[in-house]
Formats: sequence, C-alpha cells, structure tokens
Amino acid sequence: MARLSSFALHELSAKLAAGECSSVEIVNDLLDAIAERNGELHAYLWLNAEEARAAAAEADRRRAAGESPRSPLDGLPVALKDNLSARGQPCGCASRILEGYRAPYDAHVVERLRAAGAILLGRTNMDEFAMGSSTENSAYGPTRNPWDSERVPGGSSGGAAAAVAGGLALAALGSDTGGSIRQPASFCGCVGLKPTYGRVSRYGLVAYASSLDQIGPIARDTRDAARLLGIIAGRDARDSTSLDAAVPDYEAALGERLDGLRLGLPREYFGAGLDPEVERAARAAAEQCRALGAEVFEVELPHTPYAVAAYYLLATAEASANLARFDGVRYGRRVEGEDPTDLYQRTRAAGFGPEVKRRIILGAFALSHGYYDAYYLRAQKVRTLIRRDFEAAFERCDALLAPVAPTPAYRLGEKTDNPLAMYLGDILTIPVNLAGICGLSVPCGFTPGGLPIGLQIIAPALGEERALRVGHAYEQATRWMEKTSHASPSAIRGQR
Amino acid sequence: MTSPAPEFLASIGLETHVQLRTASKLFCGCARAFGAPPNTLVCPVCLGLPGAMPTVNREAVRLTVRAGLLLDCEIGLRSKFDRKSYFYPDMPKNYQISQYDRPLCIGGKLEIEVGGARKTIRLTRIHLEEDVGKSLHFESSSGVDFNRAGAPLMEIVSEPDLATPDEAMAYLLALKQILVYGGISDANLEEGNVRCDINVSVRPAGATRLGTKAEIKNMNTFKGVHRALTYEIERQIRVLRAGGAIRQETRRWDDAAGRTEAMRSKEDAHDYRYFPEPDLLPIELTAEEVAAWRADLPERPAARRARFVAAYGLPEYDAGVLTAEKAIADYFEAVARACGNFKAASNWVMTEVLRALGERQMDIAQLRVTPAALAALIGLVERKVITMPTAKEVFAHLFERGGDPEAIVKEKGLAQVSDTGAIDALAEAAIAAHPSVAADYRAGKKPALQFLVGQVMKASRGKANPQLAAEALKRKLEG
Repeated sequence: MARLSSFALHELSAKLAAGECSSVEIVNDLLDAIAERNGELHAYLWLNAEEARAAAAEADRRRAAGESPRSPLDGLPVALKDNLSARGQPCGCASRILEGYRAPYDAHVVERLRAAGAILLGRTNMDEFAMGSSTENSAYGPTRNPWDSERVPGGSSGGAAAAVAGGLALAALGSDTGGSIRQPASFCGCVGLKPTYGRVSRYGLVAYASSLDQIGPIARDTRDAARLLGIIAGRDARDSTSLDAAVPDYEAALGERLDGLRLGLPREYFGAGLDPEVERAARAAAEQCRALGAEVFEVELPHTPYAVAAYYLLATAEASANLARFDGVRYGRRVEGEDPTDLYQRTRAAGFGPEVKRRIILGAFALSHGYYDAYYLRAQKVRTLIRRDFEAAFERCDALLAPVAPTPAYRLGEKTDNPLAMYLGDILTIPVNLAGICGLSVPCGFTPGGLPIGLQIIAPALGEERALRVGHAYEQATRWMEKTSHASPSAIRGQR
Repeated sequence: MTSPAPEFLASIGLETHVQLRTASKLFCGCARAFGAPPNTLVCPVCLGLPGAMPTVNREAVRLTVRAGLLLDCEIGLRSKFDRKSYFYPDMPKNYQISQYDRPLCIGGKLEIEVGGARKTIRLTRIHLEEDVGKSLHFESSSGVDFNRAGAPLMEIVSEPDLATPDEAMAYLLALKQILVYGGISDANLEEGNVRCDINVSVRPAGATRLGTKAEIKNMNTFKGVHRALTYEIERQIRVLRAGGAIRQETRRWDDAAGRTEAMRSKEDAHDYRYFPEPDLLPIELTAEEVAAWRADLPERPAARRARFVAAYGLPEYDAGVLTAEKAIADYFEAVARACGNFKAASNWVMTEVLRALGERQMDIAQLRVTPAALAALIGLVERKVITMPTAKEVFAHLFERGGDPEAIVKEKGLAQVSDTGAIDALAEAAIAAHPSVAADYRAGKKPALQFLVGQVMKASRGKANPQLAAEALKRKLEG
C-alpha cells in the first residue's frame, strides 16, 4: 500500500474524514520520508518537527471530539518557502545575511493557513532572495531534483517543488517573480500556480521585486492547487496592491471537458531554442485539449523577445532598493566596521552571494542618474507593450497553452558560469509576471530520459478558475500526476 | 543689521519639514507621539522588517492637501510615492518613501511682513514623506530610536524669494502660524516637529542670474536659521569680494562655533535613484473631495486680523496680537461676542489673560477662565457692580479655580459699595485723617482730591464706588 506521504491533500482530507488515518500518522510519515531523503535532496532548510507533531495531535483531538474541520486543510501539513514570514520561525531567504533572524510576525498567507488548521511542516530551500532559476544560489547548498539527483529542481522555489515531488511534502507555498513557482513545478513534475498579481497578499513575503512577486501553491495536482489558492487568496488591507475581488470556489470550476474554450498557442513560445522533446510534449498537450472539446489555434505575442531584458532591469531595480534594508544594523548577520558605511560594506560583502550582488549592482545602475530613462523607463514601456500583447491575444482566446521552460531540468553546475543562459531559461514565464496575469504549470509528460515536462496554461487577470479548469481536465485525461506523485523515478523509467 | 552689504543681494530658499498632526504614522498604525521610551512605538512596517509593507494614512494626505489649500497651491489629483535611496543607520529600509515628480501640492504662496513691508514668497511644492528614526550616541556605542521613523512629514519647498535672514525668520513664523491655524501640525520645535534645510546664494546687485548656492542641512530652530544665514551670507560675500568663487556644496551649521562648515561637495552628492514605490498605488483624489476640504478651511490669520480691525474696531497692533495664535483669537471672539464690549474684551485678553498665561507658562487650552466667565466679569464692571481692582481680584480667583464671577462676588461680598451713608462716613474719616491735604484742596489744589479718593477706596478695601466717593468728598470739602 502506498505510504500516506504519497497522496494528495484532498485524498488525505477524505481519509481523515473517514477515520482511515490521523494527522499524526500523516505528519510522522512525512517526517520519516524527510529523514530518509532530505539528506540527498536538501529540499528543506529547517523543520518544524515538534510543533508539527503537537499541532497534528491537537487536530486529531479536535476531530475525535467531533469538532467540524476548520477547512479542507485542517490537520494537514504544508511546507513554506524560506521567504515567507511565520512567527517564531527563521525566515532566511536562503541567505547568510539573515542568519539568526526569526520573524516576529505572520505573513498574510501564514495567518490564513493557521486559521484553516494547516500544519506548518518546515521551510524549503530556494535561490538566495528568490534570485535564480535552479536553487543553486542558495547560501546553504543546492536542492537536487528527485527525478535525477544530478539535476537541478529549478528555482527559485526549487526546495518546495522537490519536496512535493519527492514525497517530502504534500504541498507548499512558493513565490513567483519571473517563473519561480511554475518552472520548478515543471522541472519536478508537480503543479504550480502563479496567481494574478494582487490575488494573494504579499504581506510577509520578503520582497525581491515588489511589482512582480506573487505567492502561490505548489501541489500534487490541480485540485490541491485550487484548494490552497482558495485559502490564501483575497483582499488584505496591509498590501495596497492586493485586489478587492471576490474569491470564487476554485474547486467548483474543475471539470472533465473543455467544450467551447478557445485556447491559443503563442507562436513566439514555440520558437528557436526550444528543446524538441519539450515542444513535442506541449504540442501533444494542445492536441489533447482539442480532443477534450477546446478550439486550439495559433496566436501572436510579438513583444516576447524583449521580455527578459525588461524583466532583468525592472526586477533588479526594485531589488536594489528592497535589499537595501539588509545592513546589519537591526537584525541578521553583522560584520562590525569602523563606521556605519564600513559596517554596511563588510556586512553586505559577507552576507550576500554573488548572484544577489550582481542583481543589486545591475538594478542600482539601471536607476542611477543619467541612465534611468534609457533603462528603467524604457523597460516600463516594454512592460506596457507586453501587457497589451496579452490583452490582444485574450480578445481572441480564453487561455494560452505553452511550455513552461525551454528545456527540462539541466545538470547541476551546467549554467552557473553563464548567468545570461540561465536568465534566458525564464523567457516563457517572465511575460506573465510582467503582465500581472496568472499562469499554471501542470505535468505534460517526460523526456525519453525520464525527466518531467510542464505545460503552461496562461489566463487573463483573475482567470485562475479558467486556468485550473483547463489544467484539471487535461490532468484527468492524462493522469501524468499519478506517475509523478506516487511512483519513484526508476519506476517511471521502467514503464517507458 | 541683517541685510547684506548693499552691493550684494542674497537669495534664500527654504525646504521646511513639518511633522503632521496625525494620530498614527504615515504607513503603519503605530502611534505618532513624542517622548515614549525608545523603540516602543514600532512595528514590522516602521522597523523595515523583511516582508512588511506600507499602507497610506489618508489623514496625512488630507492634512497635506489642507496645507496646500491654505497656501494657495494647486492640488495634484493624481500623485504618487517614490523611493529615495540612501544608506543611513536611522533609515529602517535604507530608502525613504517620499514623493519625487508628482507631489500632492504644486506652487503656492505665503505672505510675510518685515518692518511693515509685505512681501509674497512663492512656493515650489509640498510633498509628503516619512520621517526617519533618531540616532543616539553613547560613550562607546550608538543606538537608534525608531519611534519617530515613519511619522508623516510634509516638505514645503519655497522659491529663492527670501532676501534676508529677517525675511527667512518671518517666513518660518508665518508658516508655523498658518499650519497651527489649520490644525495641520503642532509645529512644536522642541519636539522636532519643524526642521529645515536652507539654500542660499549671493550675487552682485544688478546681476540677473542667481549666484552659486550652498545648502545648509538640518536646522531645527528658527533662531539657528537666522544666525546661520547671517553667517553664510557674510561668508559668501567675503569670498566673492576676495575674488573667489562659491562652491556648490552642502554645509553644516555648527551652533556652538557660530559658523557653517563644508560637509560634501556637489561631486559627492547622493544619487538618490528615485523610482516609483511599487508597494503603493498612486494617490487618487477626486475634485469633489478636494472641494469639500476647501470648504472646511479655517479663516487664514491675515484675513482674521483684517476682520478684527474692521468688525471689532481694534487697532492693527491689537488685532495682530490677538490673531497670532488661533486658540487666542478663538477665545477673544467668544468673549467679545458674549459681552458685546469689544474693546474691553480685547483689553482683558491682551493684558490679564496673556500675562497670567505667560507667568505660568501655560497654554490657552489650559485656561480655567471660560469665555463666558470673562464676559460676565466684564459685564459686572460695566454695570458698576464691582470696581476694576475688584474685577482683577475676581479674575485671579477664576484663573486659579475657575467658576462663575457673580457667585464669587456674592460669596466674598465684593460688590461695590454705593451706599451713600457708608461712603459719607468714609469720606469724613479721610478728611479728618489728612487735614493738610484737605486744606490744599480748599486752597485750590484740585489734584489733592485724588489722594483722598484713594484713601476712601483703601478703607473700603476697593469696594467703594470711586465716583460716589469723589462726589461725597467734594460735597464735604466744598460745602
């Protein structure tokens, strides 16, 4: 029989309700799985084992006392990316500069999880301050891909995706600034959702690029992603950019068919540089959607080639200010100096890794006197053009289908010496962040070598229901997730 | 003494930072208060903790717009916040949320008066920003108190229209007056509510272009502004006279030494790397909202002063004293309306009320003498129920304990004695006690009567009606 840690949240929720298992058993099984595999995968940076066991026992007690569940997540564990504040827990963003810092408050999403009765299992590895696409930029060492431990899990939410795919977490919350939820979900064979900008409050998420960051779920299947989004979405007065729009019942939108839906294939997303296996899988997924009743046709997003350049100016500009607060004065690591300026320089030189330094310098340059118009302002204009591209496309279709990343998971170290090559790997996810719309990554097959491939479903602002509907119908028709969440990589290879 | 040498002209512009009178800080719910123990009025937002986000205090926006309306600015219906980056230990985020190219208030003007001459000073803009914390230096270490961090600050930037230190002083006083009038700021200098940066240049008389300016940062007293300007204008003139050139630089005022000194040159000036604050939406105001705020404006000090002259027949000087502070003007008007005797109301407020408050270093808000009580007191004197000396005694009583003057008069038996029999007796006694004075009067020295009236008043402990006393004395001396 499959172990508890291999099920989806909604399956375990049903088992709990039926009395087939307890929260303590689920948490213990996950902690066992973590003990077995975290040494190899390095998906978690910090575990909340004692509190998680106590919270599970408390949930079991409530259930035994006949109390109705607080939510469909009651008594079920969830992992947090290391950039989400939870009271009393470290919140280090996988950076040396936040060594010793513990958050004195809960992020909005953490408040929501606690209120829902969810159990906070631990904190997952990431690229330092979410800057990276492979989780190799963690100051505490890389996470490895559960499908092939010589390969990266993607990033920056690589720890979260590896934990969910490797049976070390049922689901996790990550953050996505340029693809940091969708790309690792694709590399690891799980479901990842980047909600519309403002759908989920960012309060308590350590900012990388404030106008692009968004928190979202990484899960075993689309139903779990829908369930988690339903819990964390909604207006929060503490985040002025959070949207005041009703939160629909995302699970209610899930169905088997796609009749009447118009799905666009952006020509630019199937261009040069795309791995043939990835292209084959994405086109096959499009055909599958056609078979489910959707109309599928090609559309254009002409400004796509400029997205990566615009992103790396805007995101780094914002980051250069967002990361200025890490100075050793109030919290985290401090290296003493002769005077405040010396203290800042020593602290930041010792505390930040090379990629973070590269992006701070790039961003500060883009904003500096005499260069602002040529870089920051021009990048904002590109952003507007990209948003218009999507608006025009969505006049013709309801959602877009595309690959998530141009390649499947690559080898550790393969791109670390070439930041530009690494940046270009984000070309298919970045435009969604620039436009502030939503994107879903669902598994759509494997390479001959047994590496997962992801399909990206892009929907307009507040179109999460639609993206989840497409993703769910496709997932139910193909059931790739059964291979990804339950079986081991060797079993998949054996099947092929 | 404060105008520069006649062959040189000075141009002064002031950037005045004023803390707004809100209950809470600009971007979080922490109290905006002075004097609390260090770092007790703080939260994740104003400490700049990772992940914390700002939200705008609308009251701070309203107060800034209110200041703009009082100063004849144009109101920006769509303004925004920007990040201004620089590293300093008292800056929690190492960027300050401020307003760069779209401030809340644009243009504007303020009228000042120096030596009887009126002058209009143009304003450039008013924007809203957050205050920083306060660095504290101990023997072998330093600390930062973040209680002030995030307090709402309004920066009022003037054009370089001020020509002398006296004008700068008059500008700051007029600004303070109008802001307190509007309930916009307490403008309390001791609590650091008002701080100011000076831009000053000099040029030869007749030159059309302004000279190279120096900036003097972080002045926190008006007197300091005056002294620093006096010094700096003389310094610049000295440099120019000696054939030198003024460097564009930032200078610091050393109050103890009484001089300015160079801090950093233009080349070392900060690049603040302004960009729009992505955590906040643009501030949108509707024309209706601004119109409602405009309708709610208080009368400006200058207008009130003019009205006091016209409506109450007060001399210019008296009207100026009474309108210097809104609370005093309000008090005066309440007394004047209640008693109908404007001149008496003005005299009482300008002399007794302000003197008593001054002696005790009290604020008019703490005054126990209500306008109604003072009006009643004035009425008692008018109706000759009590004498002026008695009225002052009653006032002293009201000042200490409050209460109703008529009740006090009754309770203490202070009503004026108008009983002619009693006065006659006192008059006879006074004449008998001072025969030589009486003789003087009879010999034609009429002023001698006043001495005898004084004796009657003294004997009655101030209660005798002085007019009746004089009549009784005359009757007895002449009869």
